[in-house]
Amino acid sequence: MELRGTETRPLLNRGPSLGVRALLLCFLSVLLMVLDHQQGTLANLRNGISVAVYPVRFLVNLPFSVARWADDSLASRDQLINTNATLQGQLLQQNARLQKLAALEAENRSLRAMMQSSSEIADEVKVTEIISVALDPFQHRVVIDKGTLEGAYQGQALIDEQGVMGQITRAEPFSSEAILISDPSHAIPVEINRNGLRSIVVGSGEVERLTLPFLPNNADVETGDLLVTSGLGGKFPAGYPVGIVETVEVKPGEPFALVMARPTAALNRSRRMLMIWPTELPEPSLPETELGLEEGMIMTEPDAESPETGIVPEAVPAAESPVQTGADEAAPATTEESE
Amino acid sequence: MSTRRDNRRWPIYLSLFAALMLTIMPVRPEIAVWNADWVAMALIFWALATPARVGLGTAWVAGLLLDVLKGAVLGQHALALTLMCYPLMRFHLRIRVFPLPQQCFTVAWLLLLYHFALFWIDGILGKPVGQAARWFPVVTSTLMWPLVFEALKRLRRRAAIN
Repeated sequence: MELRGTETRPLLNRGPSLGVRALLLCFLSVLLMVLDHQQGTLANLRNGISVAVYPVRFLVNLPFSVARWADDSLASRDQLINTNATLQGQLLQQNARLQKLAALEAENRSLRAMMQSSSEIADEVKVTEIISVALDPFQHRVVIDKGTLEGAYQGQALIDEQGVMGQITRAEPFSSEAILISDPSHAIPVEINRNGLRSIVVGSGEVERLTLPFLPNNADVETGDLLVTSGLGGKFPAGYPVGIVETVEVKPGEPFALVMARPTAALNRSRRMLMIWPTELPEPSLPETELGLEEGMIMTEPDAESPETGIVPEAVPAAESPVQTGADEAAPATTEESE
Repeated sequence: MSTRRDNRRWPIYLSLFAALMLTIMPVRPEIAVWNADWVAMALIFWALATPARVGLGTAWVAGLLLDVLKGAVLGQHALALTLMCYPLMRFHLRIRVFPLPQQCFTVAWLLLLYHFALFWIDGILGKPVGQAARWFPVVTSTLMWPLVFEALKRLRRRAAIN
């Protein structure tokens, strides 16, 4: 004991004793945790530290960036020609589809204008890359390489080319942390594309599985149904695919059906994501002259006042997917949580 | 005097930096659950080797960096590492003379304490804590300790940090 006393002297005489310092630091940690968790007032501190540790993230990501760069710049001529041809073909196809989309968009806009419900139609996107995934194996979180300097904000929706990936939970200057839809603490309001039935998709903790815990036993849901975002929570713009229903299990004794879905987005495979900035239409009632095609629509003008129940009598062309009219007023109680 | 000592600190910070990098290495999730507690191990080594330079304060700051890198609530890893470092500093003279197997065992206990603190805080915050997998790093880290110890010892010799 005496020996230790003399040995640790240089340590101890630099300030207060070990125990006091430990207590002080513990107290400080708890204070930080309380402030961070309950008030959320420490965003600036976190941003500062995040900038300070950016070199760590950068260096960890460096081998991957270099590999990708090498892959890009050392590709052979044949490969490039091949990819080019494939991409040209895809572009043609997509363009053909886009032509139709423009028409549909105009039609949709005019329909919405008649219903007097504003809605976003065109969304702005920006490509971002995942720079780290293994934050915590039990939470499905990733870090992406765009931060507030690029316009990222908390709650921003992220998609890949096939569906919704998740949303940003914390935007820092150079990078942002995002939660994937498969995280058990994430829920996203959806509707079934076939019939417009609204529900909530909750992550299951497994990357290839989502659950729909709040569908009653008699709900009209089938295997293979496409789930798309309903836009009700206000965070995810409406109409993006989320998942495809895989199993529907009805147990007579249980109040809810056991519905599982598979995410359409490649949650654990895609490295690139798109950040979405929803752009809202400024005015629901657009001047009719600007709208593209509305031959059948003009006659229904008197019905513009009809509330959200209104199926506009003559004008609605037998649409496959019912437009979710006035849904924002109809169901305000949606939970959208990201921990 | 002080500048000389400061010059000798950079290997310590370099190894802690490397530990932070290893911690956030993007690997497959099945492997990621086994990822060792590199920062905790580096801190244990340096606190045993040179307690005058690396101690509670370093552990706390490293924990704060870890919080931000892992996206945890600010202060969680800082608290856990501080709690881990206290008994370490308290008994470091005993621990440093332990033979390596016994040292492994001690490190396992320290890491268990570290993970218990993390587990506790996660539980208070209402995060899912039930998985057995969250304790896997203790096993990996304990098995890795002789390697880490040997590597850092060489670094320390080369940098002549006493």
